[in-house]
Amino acid sequence: MAVISFIDAITMAMREEMRRDPNVFVLGEDVGVRGGVFRATVGLIEEFGEERVIDTPLAESAIVGVGIGAAAYGMRPIAEIQFADFIMPAVNQIVSEAAKMRYRSNNDWNCPITIRAPFGGGVHGALYHSQSVEAMFTNIPGLKVVAPSTPYDAKGLLKAAIRDEDPVLFFEHKRCYRLIKGEVPDHDYVLPIGKADVKREGSDITVISYGLALHFCLQAAEKLAQEGISAHVLDLRTLYPLDKEAIAEAASKTGKVLIVHEDNKEGGVGGEVAAIIAEQCLFDLDAPIKRLCGPDVPAMPYSPPMEKFFMLNPDKVLEAMRELANY
Amino acid sequence: MATKVLMPQLGESVTEGTISKWLVKVGDTVKKYDSLAEVTTDKVNAEVPSTVSGRVTEIVVPEGETVAIGTLILYIEESGEAGETQAAPAASAAPAAPVAAVAVTQQAAPRLTTAPEGGKQRYSPAVMVLSQEHGIDLSRVVGTGAGGRVTRKDVQAIIDAGGQKPAEVAQEPVVAQTPSTPAPTAAPAAASAPVAHTSAPAEIPVASGDQVIPVSSIRRTIANRMVQSKHEAPHAWTMVEVDVTNLVNFRNQAKGEFTRKEGINLTFLPFFIKAVVEALKEYPMINSTWAGDKIIVKKNINISIAVSTDDALYVPVIKDADQKSILGIAKAVDDLAARTRAGKLTMDDMTGGTFTVNNTGSFGSIQSQPIINSPQAAILSVESIVKRPVVINDMIAIRSMVNLCMSLDHRVLDGLICGRFLQSVKQKLESIGPDTKLY
Repeated sequence: MAVISFIDAITMAMREEMRRDPNVFVLGEDVGVRGGVFRATVGLIEEFGEERVIDTPLAESAIVGVGIGAAAYGMRPIAEIQFADFIMPAVNQIVSEAAKMRYRSNNDWNCPITIRAPFGGGVHGALYHSQSVEAMFTNIPGLKVVAPSTPYDAKGLLKAAIRDEDPVLFFEHKRCYRLIKGEVPDHDYVLPIGKADVKREGSDITVISYGLALHFCLQAAEKLAQEGISAHVLDLRTLYPLDKEAIAEAASKTGKVLIVHEDNKEGGVGGEVAAIIAEQCLFDLDAPIKRLCGPDVPAMPYSPPMEKFFMLNPDKVLEAMRELANY
Repeated sequence: MATKVLMPQLGESVTEGTISKWLVKVGDTVKKYDSLAEVTTDKVNAEVPSTVSGRVTEIVVPEGETVAIGTLILYIEESGEAGETQAAPAASAAPAAPVAAVAVTQQAAPRLTTAPEGGKQRYSPAVMVLSQEHGIDLSRVVGTGAGGRVTRKDVQAIIDAGGQKPAEVAQEPVVAQTPSTPAPTAAPAAASAPVAHTSAPAEIPVASGDQVIPVSSIRRTIANRMVQSKHEAPHAWTMVEVDVTNLVNFRNQAKGEFTRKEGINLTFLPFFIKAVVEALKEYPMINSTWAGDKIIVKKNINISIAVSTDDALYVPVIKDADQKSILGIAKAVDDLAARTRAGKLTMDDMTGGTFTVNNTGSFGSIQSQPIINSPQAAILSVESIVKRPVVINDMIAIRSMVNLCMSLDHRVLDGLICGRFLQSVKQKLESIGPDTKLY
């Protein structure tokens, strides 16, 4: 099995799906000749031609809107939003059209579109290139929101998203793209959307996270193991709908829960995770449910010290984990 | 001087009571005969009345604690007294505190604080559940968490180690632990051994999703009684079948007018109780009790009847059932059943039974092996009345048949006398007819 980067796993998943199913096609800004600003679609236009790898105007509402129309017609579009920050013009298409098509048409129509969007900070991208926007989409029934953290999960989940009969919003942490590498089989496999994954077994505290922050948690857990603190780490992988069963099971295992995400704290996915635990696990809880998240400020600062202040890192996570373990 | 209020004697055989709820708090003014607390005993729930008028100065027994009859439960300063009485009782009420207070002083202020003001320990839901399920006295557990908090892991380690050890053993490690400040993560396994009395049976694992129901006081009582009876009395079992076709016809014909006149339904149970009572008079040995070196044959015939509520089983008593007509028995059954379901049985209603009739037929059973209502010598269950083909004079007839099942304490009774007793009950039931008197 080859060790490849997160972004290569994304590319591999798209290429395999396009080979498998002629209805799959890619559209987005600079996805064709340029191969995507992050190079996620590199090589696709050479292999599949410009009719299946389409460079679009700078109009996200059109990228998603065209995709929705094609999907309704039986195609399987992969719409790339260049940065998740730019998704706002397409929100109406995603929320009011794609997510509701099956419901509104009484099951006559569905919308198998996949919308890929790189999110998150830590790349000196400042305000317009660093946002975490996932929480906005995690109370929209009809929409699935996926955010993998490893190359293996990225490939399996992206293929599942492309094959899903309903719209899937696929968030890729852009800092993971070339930072995170892992073993990825070069054969075909899919992973179930809606299932969380235990990334590390432990018995003292439970840490629940996703995206880049998940790796900070794993690094911190590794260090804490040397201090005798055993952390159980759950990767949500799908942010909507949440894997309630896995969350409850992981929380009950230790009774001490820390939820970590880069997105702003208030109104973030972590609040919903905490609510699920509060509803289901009261009598297993041994400490208040804690959250470590980005601060509630409008945007990622450009100034490097301030970006560092905003971003999570393994040290911040480690401190929060140790504090909870000692509670 | 404050007046001591003691746990009152709530019934002849009651030895202890559980304070299920305090109805007053320290500082409250109470009048004589005001209710102070709700108390649950083996047999009933009752309220403890105040013996004096005055002001509550101290509650000695916390809610949920079971204490013997005559134990001091609270102090009331009688009206007109001055407040000079606090010192002595306060000292006597202190035992719970020291361990917790010591533990709290161990560590520097943690950032995720548990705020143990004044040495008061707070426990997480997980710790509370585990300690209750395994009978662990948390006041004796040394916590390894922030500020000496008892953590779920501390309690789990005690459970894994086989439960708490007796208090005496616990004292030493508790003291030894106090001077140093353990490294926050190092200690759990070592520190968690000291603990108190054990009542935890072999641990039964609880899987995720299982529902754990704490054992209520009444459930515990039922469990103890059933185990005691099965354990002490060698149960033998026998059954007869009775042709109650005539009884069914008679009751169907009489019930309309009976309901109109008496305002209650005429069920089959009073007929069965009446027949049992008459047979008990013929065979008084059945109406007796094993008393170790002697057998006591009871003069009064008091019939316990089993009444179920959604979550428990009660056996209120029809006193002097031999002096009652079928109407009298019907009224007594109706009254006891209604008051059981309303939770209004008194201690008197629950005591003095000499023989039990259990109406298992009411939930469709056709055969059962009842457990004797100790210390009685026997119990009889009346099963469902069902129509069955039976042979009469070499011909097949459709008759209403019922099974009467009887469990007997073989220390007191033998098969022969019980067989005769059941034959007598059978004969009386089968001879019910238009001439039977309801009043």
